[in-house]
Amino acid sequence: MKLSKIILSFVSALVILFSTSVVSFAKVVGDKIILGAAISLTGKYSSNGVHTQNGYNMAVDRINSMGGVKVGGKTYKFDIIYYDDESNPKRAAQLAERLISQDGVEFMLGPYSSGLTKAIAPVTEKYGVPMVEANGASRSLFTKGYKYLFAVLAPANLYLDVAIDLAVEKNNGKGVTVAMAFEQDAFSQDVRLGVLDAIKRTGSKKVIDDKLPKELNDMAATLVKVKQMKPDVLVVSGHTKGALTAIRQISEMKVDVPMLAMTHCDAAKLSKQHGKNSQYALCASQWHKTLTYKDDFFKDGMTYDADFTKEFGYAPPYQAAESSAALLVFKDAFERADSFDQKKVRDALAATNMQTFYGNIKFAPGGQNVDKPMVLFQVMCDDGGKCENKVVAPTKWASAKLIHPIPSWSER
Amino acid sequence: MDFMVFQYPMISVQACLDGILLGILFALIAYGMALQWGVMNIINIAQGDLVILGGYIAYFMYLYGIHPAWGVIVAPVIMFFVGIAIYKLVINKVVDRDLFISILATFGISILFMQLMNFAFGADVVLANSGYGTTMLFNNNVVLPNSKIFSAFISILFAICLVIYMKKSKLGRAIRATAQNARAAKILGVDTEKVYAATFGINAALCGVAGALISITFTIHPYMGLPYTIRSFMIVIVAGLGNLPGVAMSGMGLGVFEEFADYILGTEFRIGSVFLLLVLILVYRRFKLSRKREYLK
Repeated sequence: MKLSKIILSFVSALVILFSTSVVSFAKVVGDKIILGAAISLTGKYSSNGVHTQNGYNMAVDRINSMGGVKVGGKTYKFDIIYYDDESNPKRAAQLAERLISQDGVEFMLGPYSSGLTKAIAPVTEKYGVPMVEANGASRSLFTKGYKYLFAVLAPANLYLDVAIDLAVEKNNGKGVTVAMAFEQDAFSQDVRLGVLDAIKRTGSKKVIDDKLPKELNDMAATLVKVKQMKPDVLVVSGHTKGALTAIRQISEMKVDVPMLAMTHCDAAKLSKQHGKNSQYALCASQWHKTLTYKDDFFKDGMTYDADFTKEFGYAPPYQAAESSAALLVFKDAFERADSFDQKKVRDALAATNMQTFYGNIKFAPGGQNVDKPMVLFQVMCDDGGKCENKVVAPTKWASAKLIHPIPSWSER
Repeated sequence: MDFMVFQYPMISVQACLDGILLGILFALIAYGMALQWGVMNIINIAQGDLVILGGYIAYFMYLYGIHPAWGVIVAPVIMFFVGIAIYKLVINKVVDRDLFISILATFGISILFMQLMNFAFGADVVLANSGYGTTMLFNNNVVLPNSKIFSAFISILFAICLVIYMKKSKLGRAIRATAQNARAAKILGVDTEKVYAATFGINAALCGVAGALISITFTIHPYMGLPYTIRSFMIVIVAGLGNLPGVAMSGMGLGVFEEFADYILGTEFRIGSVFLLLVLILVYRRFKLSRKREYLK
């Protein structure tokens, strides 16, 4: 008798403990909608991880201060539980499990980079947790048939195909010769596939197809080949180290090429680190402040740029802008679903069709955003050596005219 | 397979020169590794991280408006003391233990350094611009960045100074004596503790020089150390311990081999081909050794 009482009180104590801990962390507490995110605050992605977090925080503050989210006639505010994934995919997957099964989070925001998103997506999918991500562009994320993954950014294969189209346009519609140098990682190889498609579509020809190692810091051999083959376009993608190495060695080895297109120029702070040597480089970007998209929260790109700079002390790279956009998408979906039911929110997300300061957002069945083209900007410097990024393509958004072909090094 | 490198002789010349310049720089790092391996029987996994730390010293000088080339003087001085500090804190506790313990210890130091550098300097890829320009040879067909030539020149200069120092100075002789037989050296009055500390300091200083040179020729990043450790490990394996001309030759040889592998097999096989060569050399050595043993039997 006594023993059964002890067991009973023990069990009930456990039940109370368990239920309170679940309640205190559940998806919606009082007037708060709690989102979960594993972010790279340390490790090799930490700078971009911080941009992502700043972007999320900026949007949370803005949405909360402008009336919050209205669901079922009640107003809610956003809150985010962050964990540091140490830039490690295994850790990110563990943290996603923890956010969902221990902290009771029912809606997730994405981490930084395609690799980490790939690690988390199977977990959110398993639990049926809708995830809006803003920093995983790899094509393979959108071919797995995930139902709960939504990406506000354009997929990786669209990063540089605009450049090939541009070169063909400048060549009076005739095919061009293309030299390619891509790092061997999921993202860069997706960019490569996009370029290959564009080469095929435009009747162009690839003359060099180098795969750079992950610890790349020397591409002299590729550039010697470029000097020899004289292609019309050189495309390089290898994250920030690829962009920095390319510009350093192209300027040192005086490689003349009519068009140079790259990724990750703004993350590499190309014009700051290389000054005039980076001039004329074309860079693929998800977003640029001069684009004229609008929304009610951040108004437009220029306002976002100014507000972000005021709050965080540096100009927002596109990684921050797309992260802010992810929250706008969530807010819109909650209000249309008018419920916190995960299935209903998922369906509302799938039906998203909206404009944000970052661009139009409409998801394909695979989860990628199909309504937002990439932009290309060109680094342009004045005589004083001050460099600026100006959008040159697509023509609809261009704020400057493309300088083509790039003047040779002997003329600079 | 692509034999462009043989169709255009100038590409071969370019590949050779690129490889040699790169190899000399790697040989400097490898020499530091060979030195402490020989003297203390420690394989330093944190070698590459010391290099990167040296690179950051030059980078910060550059940020504050000092020409990064001065880093080749400042970085080794600072790194010498960093090396001594690491020795006093960790290495002196593992120096007489087996190789496995010391590898684990230096592996730990490597991870610690990576995280600390990431914490202190951020995860951005950075570089220091020397503004040294370019040398054009053979009717502009071969281009050599002056920063690479400068790196090779400084590396050779430091290597020569070190050789003379090891031959002539009292500490140098003590280091060599300890390398040959630590117990005998101790009996004859050599303070081996001091020798070990100095050796580790000198190795760190060499890494500092190499790091400063890498920040002006390539790029630096907190997590980029490991490739440098592996390269120098390979150079030492190929050359053998205590063999400076061997280290220099194997450094340059590997550099040239790498460049040619890049042109012929493709960039994706560049690192892989070097590892393949390493395996072949080790198998060959083993084969030679086993024949010798049979002979002794």
